[in-house]
Amino acid sequence: MRILTVIKQVPDSNAAIKVKGDGSGIETAGLKQVCDPFDEFGVELAIQLREKGNDVEEIVAICVGGDKAAEALRTALAMGADRAVHINDPKFQSMNELFIAYVMAEVVKKDEKGYGFVFCGKNNIDLDSGAVGPALAEYLDLPHVGAVTGLDLTNGGKSFVARRRVEGAEEVLEGETPALLTIEKGLVEPRYPSLPNLMKAKKKPVQVVTSAELPDIDASTAGTDFIEMSPPPPRPDCKFVEGEPEEMARELVRLLREEAKVV
Amino acid sequence: MASNILVYVEHRGAKILPATFQLIHLAQQLATSIGGDVEACIVGSNVGSLADEVAKYGVKKTYIADNPELENYRAMAQTQALAAVIDAAQPKLVLMPTTALGRDLASRIGARKRAAMMIDCTEAAYQGDDLVITTTLYCGKIFGKFKLTGSRLQVVTIRSNVFPAAAETGGSAETVAVDVALRPQDTRMKFKELAGTSSGVKDVTEGEIVVSGGRAMKSEENFKIIYELAETLDGAVGASRAACDAGYQPHTRQVGLTGKVVTPALYIACGIDGAIQHLAGMRGSKVIVAINTKQEAPIFKVANYGCVADLFVMVPLITQEFKKLLA
Repeated sequence: MRILTVIKQVPDSNAAIKVKGDGSGIETAGLKQVCDPFDEFGVELAIQLREKGNDVEEIVAICVGGDKAAEALRTALAMGADRAVHINDPKFQSMNELFIAYVMAEVVKKDEKGYGFVFCGKNNIDLDSGAVGPALAEYLDLPHVGAVTGLDLTNGGKSFVARRRVEGAEEVLEGETPALLTIEKGLVEPRYPSLPNLMKAKKKPVQVVTSAELPDIDASTAGTDFIEMSPPPPRPDCKFVEGEPEEMARELVRLLREEAKVV
Repeated sequence: MASNILVYVEHRGAKILPATFQLIHLAQQLATSIGGDVEACIVGSNVGSLADEVAKYGVKKTYIADNPELENYRAMAQTQALAAVIDAAQPKLVLMPTTALGRDLASRIGARKRAAMMIDCTEAAYQGDDLVITTTLYCGKIFGKFKLTGSRLQVVTIRSNVFPAAAETGGSAETVAVDVALRPQDTRMKFKELAGTSSGVKDVTEGEIVVSGGRAMKSEENFKIIYELAETLDGAVGASRAACDAGYQPHTRQVGLTGKVVTPALYIACGIDGAIQHLAGMRGSKVIVAINTKQEAPIFKVANYGCVADLFVMVPLITQEFKKLLA
């Protein structure tokens, strides 16, 4: 089977994010950008399925993003993906994740061999919607399971049992490939690419796709327009409770009941 | 042009998700501003009785897609069902809760209906025909404003606990049964089982009150005092990434950028210094309490109330005080 893993380049989770003065976006100068940690779970899972002896013919990483996003694809290749598809065109730069999924689906549909699994991060840590996976599944008319925390292949990889985490419970679903899964933290731990693998990754093929190959996509159909960004409103100053521990506990509980009224 | 607002009623075990009533409140506000009605949509198996309950909150009409195949959530079957309801109701806007189900289904129905869609909105208002919403980006570090064009179906999920719940007004709603033509591919996935989580404590995203422990907890066993405080307050337990990576708590309890984003009424951070990625996951909480031995810890920058003290001394004392108060 062939596995497609969806990649996005995002600011590092520990980076401080600053809004540009005019609210048109975030300051990207000097901002550390990485392969989304949730997307790395998908890459890692694909590699582990191969390492466990499943018949994984090819692992392809796909990404919609600008020139710099090639680095995120390199990470996937260095981890163990075989080749990459980089959909890179200013027309496809969007904060609308339905549109991103739609563009990606149009490219995937051209690949006649098809994929047994499509893996996506449960969400991306920049826009945090989690929309790309389900929307991609919809555009490809594939079943999907979201926020997967456990996966067993059955019937020689033709079917699978997936566990997913929902609020306060766990659901177990059984499905057949082809299917799309979005991967939650905890299923696999992404490996760090070794230096030799980083070198090898530079020689792996990266296919670049531009709007020239996708003439039918009309970006104006997306339906959602970005207006502006702003920093979150500041929080009020911290009120410190003081005294002996017993007094502090009593005062804190009093404030929560009488002043904040949350208990 | 349609101007009705459809509220998706999420339910489990014959109980309506409380956030649904917050959606109805928002729907009423929005419907008033554009001169439409609030309608509801219930998808499931044997769900007719839930319609009576939403009717008490001023919903005019409830669409019910009732089918044994819809008993448990399977994305394709539910998408097909919601699509059938949307075709019948022709709403302008569909409101869903920001839950695992809400995110999943909104994304899929958004793609199916070529809708203007946004996830996890904290504000929503009409400007003419367009819906202008606010959501958080970079997991709470930034607020983003978007416009959802009125020329398409609009679909949004709304963050829990941001809007008040609608008031009960009594009354009854007209119900409309919607037939769902499920295609073979919609039901190929089989739902095997619904398993509870190992602990009886609420999921971290469900707690009105969340008590979290950080690296300073030092062990899984020490989390006992966190659980005691959480249980006293009928709250949920959370943990920092450091605490989860160290194995003190499962990753399902992690609050932060690579964990869950939570917005409870009260968040109590115990022994959490407040790394950027943790603050991103909890700074939207209404009231934040921080207990930390280091006065310069960044957590105090977002906290409303601070205790510069040893959590192992403070947490049991606070639990005791609450027990007295709530007894």
